[in-house]
Amino acid sequence: MLRFEDIKEGDALPELRKTPTLQTLVKYSAGGGDFNPLHHDYNFPQAKQIGSIIVHGRFKYASLGELVSNWLGHAGRIRKLSCQYRGMDLPNKEFVCKGVVRKKSADGGQKVVELDIWAENAEGKKTTPGSAVVVFP
Amino acid sequence: MAESIELTDDMRAQIGKESPPWDFEVTTTSVRMFARGVGYTDPVYYDVEAARKAGYRSLPAPPTYLGTAVFLPGRCSDTFSGPTEGIPSVNHGLKGLLDGGTETEYLDTICAGDTLVAVQRLEDMKVASSPALGGKMLLLMVVTTYSDKATGKVVARQTSQVIYY
Repeated sequence: MLRFEDIKEGDALPELRKTPTLQTLVKYSAGGGDFNPLHHDYNFPQAKQIGSIIVHGRFKYASLGELVSNWLGHAGRIRKLSCQYRGMDLPNKEFVCKGVVRKKSADGGQKVVELDIWAENAEGKKTTPGSAVVVFP
Repeated sequence: MAESIELTDDMRAQIGKESPPWDFEVTTTSVRMFARGVGYTDPVYYDVEAARKAGYRSLPAPPTYLGTAVFLPGRCSDTFSGPTEGIPSVNHGLKGLLDGGTETEYLDTICAGDTLVAVQRLEDMKVASSPALGGKMLLLMVVTTYSDKATGKVVARQTSQVIYY
């Protein structure tokens, strides 16, 4: 069980590796309700223009949420989670979700941990940088 | 690709417009579907007993679950599932669409069994250059506020950046 007392600034979160296939993206479309053909139809004009279907930005956002949730293990709750979609990720290519504890504070009795989180591709490019704030009871 | 995009008065007039409230039920099935779509293996998002043991009243909505729409035929987008009635929209004629970024602020824990009311507001709009897209893009900032239907309390706020090019 993760304890606030044991967390140190600079700590790295356990990495979460994903290699989404077309089926993964179809499952995410069903779960999240986004059926934009750009995420499942290689003949969709925008996909043809790009040369491939692309991974939903929201799938990467959700994966960053999973990264934080797995680390947190329900010992605290997420108060804020954000990311920007800076680069496209393609199916059948691995991306890795990573996170680092940027700041830990207990001002006014509120136990707060701020995280830098991101998804990076095989070339090490951060396609999806973001941040999170978690609070502990 | 747009060489240039002009913000017209008509477009600017949409800033600050809000959608009508939309009921948004969080259910065990919708939580499981979303968790599976993301790839969670944590039983707390699938098994009500495991969720209760972890301190939740039912399956908790996984982070970023908000945005998963309640689809009603004829009243929602066939592609994006979200409501289209009275949603502030901008007449720009651009065909390309990309998601720019998302931020969610959670003020309370959301669980299956909750009924939320969502209101979408077009917060801001601007034109920017994108070297990656090779031209101009139109950026919209949309804020969706989710309140608990029973208590009226705001439980979450989600800000999305939508890119048209």
